[in-house]
Amino acid sequence: MKRVWIAFTGLALSACVTINIYFPAAAAEKAADKIIEEVWQTQKADKPAANQPAAKETK
Amino acid sequence: MNAMLKFIVAIVALTAALNVFAAADLEVNTPGVNAIKQSMQARHAQLAGHYNSGAVGLTADGLIALRDAGAVPLAQRQAVNALVAAENNDRNALYAEIANANNHPEWQAEIRSTFAQRWIQRAQPGWWVQSGGWKQK
Repeated sequence: MKRVWIAFTGLALSACVTINIYFPAAAAEKAADKIIEEVWQTQKADKPAANQPAAKETK
Repeated sequence: MNAMLKFIVAIVALTAALNVFAAADLEVNTPGVNAIKQSMQARHAQLAGHYNSGAVGLTADGLIALRDAGAVPLAQRQAVNALVAAENNDRNALYAEIANANNHPEWQAEIRSTFAQRWIQRAQPGWWVQSGGWKQK
């Protein structure tokens, strides 16, 4: 029984490591779009304004 | 056995939680990133004209380059070169800063290539972009 617990703990730990290694491509794309929009001060590009909720204040 | 079952449920829940966490946004809201962003935003006012004239284009590696020096009057050429160099410094710093802010410095190359694609895709009509050679959008 104890061995099973150890096995599961190992599995859980390795899961943590694996998950954090992957590059979050979709999130990166979204983050890039947001930054590009702010740098270029554009509001559109490929999606309509509906996708831009309550535009963050740019000062 | 009951305890064991609970443990398995806990593991499943934990894994699910981690998945959610992993799918969450990339952290880009740090003082470092914001400072670089503002510097780039201010510079863009000066660069926009050069994108429009085709003097400066967006490269495939997420930077910008002087692609047609002839489009810039001789007197301004040095200033444009300085603009391009400063912009590229900021862009390199931005990619590194985002990777570091997320505690994954090794993501820098992927962040750069993501940005490269998005800069090019979002470039305005008339601007020059590098994707297998220079092309005008």
